[in-house]
Amino acid sequence: MNNQEQPVLDIKDLCISYYTRAGEIPAVVDFSLTVKPGETIGIVGESGCGKSTVAMAIMQHMGSNGGIKSGSIKFKGRDMTQMSDEELRQLRGSEVSMIYQEPFAALNPSLLLREQLMEVPLTHEDINREQAYERAREMLANVKLPDPDRIMNSYPHQLSGGQQQRVVIAMGLLSKPALLLLDEPTTALDVTVEAGIVKLIADISRKYGTSQIYISHNLGLILETCDRVFVMYSGEVVEEGTIDSLFTWPRHPYTHGLFGCIPLPTADKNAAPLKPIRGQLPLPHERPQGCYFGPRCDHFQAGRCDGDKVDIEHVTGSAEDHMVRCLRWQEIDHTKEAPGGEAKEAMELGGPVLEVNQMKKYYEVIDSSMKALISGDRVKYVKANEELNFNAREGETVAIVGESGCGKSTFAKVLMGLEGGTDGEIKHDGKDVSETLVRDRTDKQISSLQMVFQNPSDTLNPSQTIGGQISRVIKKFGVASDKDEVFNMVMKLLDTVKLPRDFYYRRPRQLSGGQKQRIGIARAFAGNPSTVIADEPVSALDVSVAAAVTELLMDIQRENKTTLLFISHDLSVVRYLSDRIVVMYLGHIMERGTTEEIFEPPYHPYTEALLSAVPIADPEVTKREILLEGNLPSVMNPPKGCPFCTRCPRRIGDICDNEMPPERQVTDTHRIKCHIPIEELQKVEPVIHVPAPEERLGKPEVPASTH
Amino acid sequence: MLILILRRLGSMVLIMLVVSLILFAIFETDKLAVAGKVLGPYSSTEQREIWLEENGYNQPFFTRYVIWAGNAMRGDFGQSLQLKVPVSQVLWPRLANTGILALCLFAIMIPLSLFMGVLAGMKEGSFQDRAITVFSVLTTSIPEFASATLLTAVFVFGLGWLPGTSSMTAGFSFKELVLPVLVLLLYDFGYITRMTRASMAEVMNSQYIRTAILKGLPYQRVIMRHALRNALIAPFTVIVLQLNWLLSGVIVVEVFFAYKGFGKLLLDAALFGDIFVIEACTLVAVFVAVASQFISDIGYTYLNPRIRFS
Amino acid sequence: MSTTAANTIERPSALSRFFRGLGLLRESPIGMFGAALVLFWVTMAIIAPILPLLDPLAAIMPFQKIGAVAPDGTTFWLGTDDKGRDILSRVIWGSQRVLVWASLATVVAYFFGMLMGVAAGYLGGWWDEVISFIGNVLLSFPVMILYILIVSYLGASGINIVIAVTFASAPGIMRIVRGLILDLRTRDYIAAAQTRGEPAIRIMLVELLPNARGPLIVDACLRLGYTVVAIATLGFLGLGLPPPDPDWGLMIKEAVPLGSFAGHMMVIPALALSSLILGFNLLADGLREISLRD
Repeated sequence: MNNQEQPVLDIKDLCISYYTRAGEIPAVVDFSLTVKPGETIGIVGESGCGKSTVAMAIMQHMGSNGGIKSGSIKFKGRDMTQMSDEELRQLRGSEVSMIYQEPFAALNPSLLLREQLMEVPLTHEDINREQAYERAREMLANVKLPDPDRIMNSYPHQLSGGQQQRVVIAMGLLSKPALLLLDEPTTALDVTVEAGIVKLIADISRKYGTSQIYISHNLGLILETCDRVFVMYSGEVVEEGTIDSLFTWPRHPYTHGLFGCIPLPTADKNAAPLKPIRGQLPLPHERPQGCYFGPRCDHFQAGRCDGDKVDIEHVTGSAEDHMVRCLRWQEIDHTKEAPGGEAKEAMELGGPVLEVNQMKKYYEVIDSSMKALISGDRVKYVKANEELNFNAREGETVAIVGESGCGKSTFAKVLMGLEGGTDGEIKHDGKDVSETLVRDRTDKQISSLQMVFQNPSDTLNPSQTIGGQISRVIKKFGVASDKDEVFNMVMKLLDTVKLPRDFYYRRPRQLSGGQKQRIGIARAFAGNPSTVIADEPVSALDVSVAAAVTELLMDIQRENKTTLLFISHDLSVVRYLSDRIVVMYLGHIMERGTTEEIFEPPYHPYTEALLSAVPIADPEVTKREILLEGNLPSVMNPPKGCPFCTRCPRRIGDICDNEMPPERQVTDTHRIKCHIPIEELQKVEPVIHVPAPEERLGKPEVPASTH
Repeated sequence: MLILILRRLGSMVLIMLVVSLILFAIFETDKLAVAGKVLGPYSSTEQREIWLEENGYNQPFFTRYVIWAGNAMRGDFGQSLQLKVPVSQVLWPRLANTGILALCLFAIMIPLSLFMGVLAGMKEGSFQDRAITVFSVLTTSIPEFASATLLTAVFVFGLGWLPGTSSMTAGFSFKELVLPVLVLLLYDFGYITRMTRASMAEVMNSQYIRTAILKGLPYQRVIMRHALRNALIAPFTVIVLQLNWLLSGVIVVEVFFAYKGFGKLLLDAALFGDIFVIEACTLVAVFVAVASQFISDIGYTYLNPRIRFS
Repeated sequence: MSTTAANTIERPSALSRFFRGLGLLRESPIGMFGAALVLFWVTMAIIAPILPLLDPLAAIMPFQKIGAVAPDGTTFWLGTDDKGRDILSRVIWGSQRVLVWASLATVVAYFFGMLMGVAAGYLGGWWDEVISFIGNVLLSFPVMILYILIVSYLGASGINIVIAVTFASAPGIMRIVRGLILDLRTRDYIAAAQTRGEPAIRIMLVELLPNARGPLIVDACLRLGYTVVAIATLGFLGLGLPPPDPDWGLMIKEAVPLGSFAGHMMVIPALALSSLILGFNLLADGLREISLRD
């Protein structure tokens, strides 16, 4: 890199505040950042750390209650904070563009994409409509969208989420900007679609020389896309550096803590469990004196860390731009700490608790298209679940993995009795419950099968107190009926999920997301269930909070020998906590087996792609790249043969399109539904390569030659 | 799309059927009472019986309903008891008069309220927004007959600029239309303005407007091209549905200003007990309401590409 | 309650929560003004019997101007009407009458509207089809026509007005509640209640309805205003609460023909009516503004 070259963006000592009823709230404090031409910068942090505020400040679009208090944002040498509206307008879209988290919301629903794309060059450059059309078309092809002409003449809702995001990216690149801001561009997308977008983004700077700022909460994604990374905590940068230096040698206790919260391939739920960061992010107006991370830090030293504001300083011995905001970084030896939390004993598995045999769930839909009306063939079946087979033993964790529309939530509904199954059986504690709706189940059956829900914001009834909601479960299931007894049980449950007892009279809106999920867990376990279904229980939580909730869930499970069905789209979490894995795609189980079996060949081609798609925040782990083409087919209209045939990179011929593949048995516990013989699948290379501990770099690499 | 139209049309017909059946059941189940109304309170039971026989009232209820409904569809609603002429002879001219009133009102109200709403919603919380919002709440809070009273007090009795009645006895006069239109305008424009404002404000807060601004488009283009189109879908349906509201408001205004329109006809009939006129007026009013609902549904679908192309 | 555990926990009182909610209204000056107007008329309506008012029905001296003083020294602060009755007294007693009937009618309409809306929204299927169709039929009548039909058919009385308002308002309330419930029923806490086998009636009334209260309070405020308009309009059309008890609509109706020389007779009740409705509308506006902010 050439230091003589003028930086594209140079932010100095930026302070941003929001002005609300409660007064001034500093959202970002003393933020400095330099982006060189062609460089990709990552900003990573948990929600509320101010990373999106930085992006909106760069775009100079702060809303009516936000403002830049001090500092400068220089774009190619010109201070954007001093520009007039007209100057800013000319910059936006032509020199600086932005990609957003939700592509669907970012596109105008009632304008043709043609219009929305063409207006960018038409506004910023002196060209005619034909040229603009040609340019837009070309760009759509460049972002690998099939049939650009059709897309040009479509409305946003006619495209899939991944296609929409590609359109937004194309729109951002149309006027060849010098700087591209990406605010969580893949968070709303499925894993395999995300992988494609990440690849596209990683290619942009190479192809167009565009500088990028990539904002994400996901360290793995940052690793795959960026050159340098800034870690933000509570409005300030706590550590920054090149990917290599920061990921292999994190110096700040928060950065280090973050890595301890992510289920890396080296983590293990028994030997090396996750190590959550305690406490929670302070609200902006409740930030502590001195180091903002102090109250949550294991290395906190009273009288020192809570003194003056901590300055950011260079990490001597590391890369030139590796900086850290910690007074004690030289004293703390992270290598001495155990890589994870305290080791726990593995659990003994008991007898079978849940057996699913040939379970099917079809939905009837009335086709109201003209064609169906004429042919009289109006009733269609949506096969949400097709021949599901698996079982779970006492104390076992079985994960159901798949992307949206794979049927995992439908299965949960049938299991819980919210909907009846169409065929087959689900035996729970020896009784078939697949066709028994919840109102026909006994209290015993209901209480032994409970659920933890996904969304913390609506898992609890906002108009009832926490205590009331848990008490209701205890009374409903007849665990206790005496008022005092119930009250004491609620207190005990609050202790179990590590929440203060005075939460009894609180209402959900006074709780943070993680606390709500804890209450959700307490509620599920209040009736002493033998099986708990957890539907993506931590996917909406921040990493550090998620780790704590995951560990809590497993501790309670361990204590009660509960069978846990863990529904998730995230293979790294699943690998970490489950004993066995069921991989679903469009209503079918494509592969099932123990966790080790799933992560080693033979793989189902879909599992293989899923494994490759999961971002891993470890620079020394290598992955084989497998990108899936095309979109997820609609459940309404699945392929005739193998459900995966439309996107399968290993498709062997017409047989895949026309015939449902057989379920092949690899071992007693491992099944793969594929036309390809096991022997061939066996020859496939492992997707993920984790270096052995002795091969790892123990210290930072020698700084690259600097000018 | 076609299916949708057919479905809406079906439910529209069904509603008309049910409404007409209810009306018929309310007013004509008691045959003798009908005859009593027609022949007057002093008619004897025998006279009434004869009248019933002559007019085919002794057939079963549903046969009578079918005949009645068939006649109604051909525009034959029977004879007005109060005015002693066929109902259709008074109904259509009265409707036309109300139509003139409505036309004048809509011609002023739609551009005015859309403009005010867009202006207010463009910058939520700004002075122009506050002013327009408060003004529209204020005018909507004065019921029609109250504002008619106040305006009359000022313009008729105070200043003497305008006539206090609008019966148009001396032929058509624009001057007589001013006060009725003004009263309806004051009451109704606030609602559309507020709807437009809410819709516009929502659109302006949407992410795609942020995208448009951050694309560097001129502000004018952001508003005209990106915001208006989406913001005006909701008010469109409200405007069409406003026809339904207008039929309510028009009664008060027509009565107040003695304007010879549909509303006054209905109220007079209701007060007199002129059942055939009530039936006719209600059917027409419900038809207008249902038809406007139909148009608004179809229009909404047409304006919203998300539904149009799904 | 267990003494050991309860000692460590303090239960916030319901009253303190209510006052905190009321305090929020201070954030909206418009809402405060509306609340003040409503509060003024409600207070008037309540204390009317103890105010030193003239008999609203007694004919004293006709056509007295505002502030006129009778030979015996009584002051007609707002003048008298054509029959010689004191207008101030009639306006205040009229507020009581209209508020009582409007509140009653709104409560009854809400009762039916909410029941229908919750059933249609939560139970879905045929319940929804049938209830929504009934609603559509009623909503296809222009409101005033529905009032006129019902009141002219049943006769003009307070109870019949309540019935008419219920018919006219309940379908609208039903639609709002149904919409809210359709949204709320997808929440996880409803799924949680379902998966623990709660009966439908409990889910509807305990789990769902309380969470719909925010928008419903705003709507109820607006609807109280509409109902006041409706009652007064019916009075104006001669279909309202029967005379001679003071009724704002009727007062205006009687005053209109005399407007040219006794303008105060029609202006005063019109202003009273408008200020009350303005109060409801502004209050609703303020409440909505606050609820959107949090």
